[in-house]
Amino acid sequence: MSKSKSVVTEICNRYGNTRVRLMDIVRDVQQELGHVPREAFDLIAKGAHTHRVEVESVISFYAFLSERKKGDVVIRLCDDIIDRYQGGEAVAEALTRALGIGFNETTSDGRVTLEKTPSIGMSDQAPAMMVNDVMVTRLTPELIPGLVAKLRQTNDPQSLVESYGDGNNAHALIRSMVCNNIRESGAVILADYKRERGLRKALTETPADVIADVKASGLRGRGGAGFLTGLKWELTRESPGAEKFVLCNADEGEPGTFKDRVLLTERADLMIEGMTIAGYATGAETGIIYLRGEYAYLRPYLEDVLNRRRAGKLLGNGILGNAEFHFDVRIQMGAGAYICGEETSLISSCEGTRGDPSDRTPFPVAKGYLVSPTAVNNVETYCCAARIMDQGAGWFAAIGTQRSTGTKLLSVCGDCARPGIYEVPFGTTLREVLRRAGAENTAAVQVGGPSGQMVGPAQFDQGISYEELATGGSMMVFSNDRDILEIVEAFMEFFVKESCGYCVPCRVGNVLLKSRIERIRQGDGAPADLAYLKKLGESVKRMSRCGLGQTSPNPILTSLKNFQPVYNALVREDKTGLQKSFHIMRAVEEASVIAGRRSEVFHA
Amino acid sequence: MSKPRVATTSLAGCFGCHMSLLDIDERILSLIERVDFDRSPIDDIKHISQRCAIGLIEGGCCNEENVRVLYEFRKNCDLLISVGDCATMGGIPALRNNIPLQECIDEAYRTGVTVYNPDDITPQDPEIPLLLNRVYPCHEVVKIDYFLPGCPPSADTLWAALTALLSGQPLELPYELLKYD
Repeated sequence: MSKSKSVVTEICNRYGNTRVRLMDIVRDVQQELGHVPREAFDLIAKGAHTHRVEVESVISFYAFLSERKKGDVVIRLCDDIIDRYQGGEAVAEALTRALGIGFNETTSDGRVTLEKTPSIGMSDQAPAMMVNDVMVTRLTPELIPGLVAKLRQTNDPQSLVESYGDGNNAHALIRSMVCNNIRESGAVILADYKRERGLRKALTETPADVIADVKASGLRGRGGAGFLTGLKWELTRESPGAEKFVLCNADEGEPGTFKDRVLLTERADLMIEGMTIAGYATGAETGIIYLRGEYAYLRPYLEDVLNRRRAGKLLGNGILGNAEFHFDVRIQMGAGAYICGEETSLISSCEGTRGDPSDRTPFPVAKGYLVSPTAVNNVETYCCAARIMDQGAGWFAAIGTQRSTGTKLLSVCGDCARPGIYEVPFGTTLREVLRRAGAENTAAVQVGGPSGQMVGPAQFDQGISYEELATGGSMMVFSNDRDILEIVEAFMEFFVKESCGYCVPCRVGNVLLKSRIERIRQGDGAPADLAYLKKLGESVKRMSRCGLGQTSPNPILTSLKNFQPVYNALVREDKTGLQKSFHIMRAVEEASVIAGRRSEVFHA
Repeated sequence: MSKPRVATTSLAGCFGCHMSLLDIDERILSLIERVDFDRSPIDDIKHISQRCAIGLIEGGCCNEENVRVLYEFRKNCDLLISVGDCATMGGIPALRNNIPLQECIDEAYRTGVTVYNPDDITPQDPEIPLLLNRVYPCHEVVKIDYFLPGCPPSADTLWAALTALLSGQPLELPYELLKYD
């Protein structure tokens, strides 16, 4: 206890004893002690000037925080439908066999804990797992015994990385086997560019002119919702508040997306340049990059980029000799919560609390981080903004469609020959994307991840754009061999796990939706169940308070719309009026065993 | 033309919904002019004798006998109505759903604080219906056509529902009959 006491005190001091940094404090305690012991709650609460219940609620909320002692090494196997279809189940079995434990168990020597986790942003090189912070990709069951033996021998997750991926993945501060898989570069984001030219140009203009440029470019948020970036910056600038903030949402948790992973690896400077421009335009002096816990392996590199930029007068006081302009950026680590990609949850998390969403209005542009005007934008949006300042609004607006300007990064994964990153102009048809990715016999594409829509061949000629097929980047391809309802059920399971539990329609509704899908899959469904799914799904969407519940029924609602025959083939009208899902013999089985006799009523 | 027939039953309920039905007071006279009661605890008819227009179900299903009765109602009634919160959601009896069955039985017969059972006997007579693994709302066992919420639904709610069904009018329950605070 004395050790943990000194550790906790030191860590709380490190973060200025403020509750706003509670996430960092508990993360560091976890790092240091392997868990956050219950005995430390009071110490942390005291050290961070907050209440014990705040500490406890943070630890219980995030998947990567634990009050329970885990192994020195935690293996988190990605449990996602894409990984499953690429052989993830066999890998899971091989892991349990090699380690001699089941999931959510720790080896008896206390060295290794085995867990499952939702999408870790490696869908283009699935199946993949995290070993502490180290990514191990392209797994096969055959590889597992060797990996486990090596881990046992070295106790060092990094030893599992035998060769490095391309580009910066081989950088001395990343040293990862992750591959970028950039298949096609477009004109805006992955093209060669002159560093800091956008920032330099922006600083020759007034902030109002920068905002006018971004507005004129038609740039819309790349996270998926598509709000006009220039307008967001303008609202942030005009909202009253002594301090303003620029937040970068690098919490890409939508299953199937991994484009921010590549941008953070290869375009970190461009992204921070864009944030700096946003700081100049909005009048903010502080920026925060909210980095998802799964991408912790990129943190040392990103910290180095920030330091380099500080040294080069690109961050800090008096940027590029402009005595009036000060801006710096810190990294806020997440800890495994999908919901934190929702902007109000992300803000809650940055403030050191549970990642609970909050009501909008007020919108973050008026009252966001620390109740101050805050612009929250996606990694890709900042990259675009920097390029717009460099090349001009007209250049950007000429790419894409009228209402969706510029290019979009797509993370294509699943049943295709060339999974990876495609930068395409908006308006490119889905069919064209599939052709380039080498997808054949495609039955369905999940556009925009589970919260997006499932479309079939009838929609393949639509374009990728905000007005037709909107996506934050995730494109999951499923061939004819796949079971549509298995996919839908996997997505619903994801939402059930990731719901924060605050509002009933989402907490309860998603469970009911999922169990009704299970019933239909088991062949116990009736046509009335389809009407039920539609009605309940619409209620959940309408009555939930944040984006999670407002989109979680989408896998069901869009597949009902686009794959009606699949559902129809599974349900049957039943004239008896009895529910097929109720099995009387199963229901009395337990009592029958206790009483030591058979059912008098039903056992013929 | 013969009058439509109405059957009622109480499964895992407390008979409170049936008491509420009797609370329609003198309106019961006009009700029996318009319908004939078939199987019901009110007239003590044990089994449905012929096709019924409406079956009113109080209570959910906690044992095999409840299921058998519910099957009989489904088979012989054109419309089934879940009356009250137990039929609709399982209600108070469903509080046992998170407790292992053996523990429930022990609490009732052996270990409960008010139990006097010096021979420590758990009754096992075949006449006692086997409990289900949990308490089910009626619509999880058979198809239910309508639900009347409330604990119990008030006499006015029951009256409004029955008269609407018998006259073929759409049922519009005013807010006062559906709020309970």
